[in-house]
Amino acid sequence: MLRVIGKRIALLIPTLFGLSVLLFLWVRSLPGGPATALLGEKATPEAVARVNELYGFDRPLLTQYFTYMGKLLQGDFGVSINTGRPVLEEFATRFPATIELTIVALIFAIGVGVPLGYAAARHYGRFVDHSSVVLSLIGITVPVFFLAFIFKYLFAIQWSLLPPDGRQNPRINATHFTDFYVLDGLLTGEWDAAWDAFLHLILPGLALGTIPLAIIVRITRASVLETQNADYVRTARAKGLMERTIRSRFILRNAMLPVVTTIGLQLGLLISGAVLTETVFAFNGIGRFLRDAIFGLDYPVLQGFIIFIAILYAIINLLVDISYSIIDPRVRVQ
Amino acid sequence: MSAILPPATGGSAAPTDPAIDTGGGTGLWKDAFLRLRRNPQAIVGAIIIGLFLLVAILAPVLAPFGGNELPGRTEITPTTIPGPGEIGGYPLGLDRFGGDLLSKLIWGAQASLLIGVVSTALGLAGGMLLGVLAGGFGGWVDSVIMRFVDILLSVPNLLLAVSIAAILGQSPYAIMIAIGVSQIPIFARLLRSSMLSQRGSDYILAAQTLGLSRGTITMSHLLPNSMGPVIVQATLTLATAVIDAAALSFLGLGGGLPQAAEWGRMLTYAQVELSIAPQLAFLPGACIAITALGFTLLGESLREALDPKTRQK
Repeated sequence: MLRVIGKRIALLIPTLFGLSVLLFLWVRSLPGGPATALLGEKATPEAVARVNELYGFDRPLLTQYFTYMGKLLQGDFGVSINTGRPVLEEFATRFPATIELTIVALIFAIGVGVPLGYAAARHYGRFVDHSSVVLSLIGITVPVFFLAFIFKYLFAIQWSLLPPDGRQNPRINATHFTDFYVLDGLLTGEWDAAWDAFLHLILPGLALGTIPLAIIVRITRASVLETQNADYVRTARAKGLMERTIRSRFILRNAMLPVVTTIGLQLGLLISGAVLTETVFAFNGIGRFLRDAIFGLDYPVLQGFIIFIAILYAIINLLVDISYSIIDPRVRVQ
Repeated sequence: MSAILPPATGGSAAPTDPAIDTGGGTGLWKDAFLRLRRNPQAIVGAIIIGLFLLVAILAPVLAPFGGNELPGRTEITPTTIPGPGEIGGYPLGLDRFGGDLLSKLIWGAQASLLIGVVSTALGLAGGMLLGVLAGGFGGWVDSVIMRFVDILLSVPNLLLAVSIAAILGQSPYAIMIAIGVSQIPIFARLLRSSMLSQRGSDYILAAQTLGLSRGTITMSHLLPNSMGPVIVQATLTLATAVIDAAALSFLGLGGGLPQAAEWGRMLTYAQVELSIAPQLAFLPGACIAITALGFTLLGESLREALDPKTRQK
């Protein structure tokens, strides 16, 4: 097991190295160079020269790269142009919001997707099955930001059931020390604050969760369909095992492998979707921050974010691989 | 349901009825087409795409006004935006700038078609180039290319497109290039694995025995036989491209006028008036979803039609 993990991490290094080179070259190829990006297009040549000297942009490329890499390895992602604060610090205060949102989206997607996909396969060709197919088609083809609009219009504007935007009602004087608003409320015993933060998560969470939901339904359905006709299932039936045991221990467990992979792969979609969903719901997470960074061409933030996401993505994929061996002991042997 | 009859015995006459395929060499695509014609899902997809193409191409004829025109500029105030049928001459009403919603939806189809097709073509061309090099040559070429593809894959697709578009600056070409590049990895991987699975085939061995050069084998034998999954993917990618293009312009990338007739851009501004003029968000959104649905339905039917597992039945 440890060897597998070690091997995966070793494989990750060249990818991240390549990514860092590409990002480094990207910033150097910005129109007008990095100094102009920092100062704006109306910068005087003197100011540009000063910044070039200060940040070492006038030194040879290779030297610059090593300096950049050295800082990166020490966790120094640079300073945001828009806010003037260290990029990593900005991420740290905003990422919890996005994590909360992503968790709600994932719970919704898995909690509804797996049972629905399973039910569709069990009742193959019947109503549940047909509706699951239609539902997953809708989930795949309706853009997440449009879905966010529909939810916002129906549940927040038309029926006023849920809050339309933000993370928490500003009138609630909540204590925050972890930046996870729901958790903060629970830890401090401010139940109204926790509940309010949770209500704010529902609409964006549902909107964000719909795409992974659609994909999870499809994969679960296909996987269960394939597994329930497997020889070992027939054998189990022939042995006279209880139907419930067959379904839970034989079919569901074996069918879950591709589903787990799929769930892991949804992370990228979720983060991309978060940028869009957070924009619609004015939800102050990493997505909105990134959007502002795109407009301000805040390249240290963009650069830091891409590396950060790549590492996160890799870690999640590793966890997915590890979870295989828990679900399927056969994988452990290989 | 079988579209293939058992091969005709002996040297029977060439079939005159196109529905009867003798199982000859040209069977794959012809058979796939016949299967598509019987699949309601494919027909619905094809009709949607047909309508979309028609609207996009005939936009200058169909749309009452130009895409960037603001014919109803005098009819709107910050709090009142005439909805569908409220003023004559604008069947779907106006938007916040005074543009005719119907005209903008029609011109938006053209914009989406253009971005979708150009970006997918770029992604396909780039991905195929890398895929052919990797799958055709193998060895270190393969390793280098696949590491590059891994790097592109290490960043989520849409975020990659967003970053590229942000670097390239505010222009519609930036969106096309950004989405195209973000699609390269999937085509490259698909073509490579498809070619690798063909490399051990008997017909390749036969071609090698005949002394054909590696280039000829790759281009005239391996490539045509590996294209099936790539074409399916291209159809499905058109759906993603339409959605991603809308997402990028929704975020404000791609430049152009604020009132530009682009479905994603229309949604950006619809946010503000969601409570008073929801049609401004719902109609462009529905257009994106329906177009994506068309390409998805057709792409999936095509995949089914080309799948050897279902073909043999």
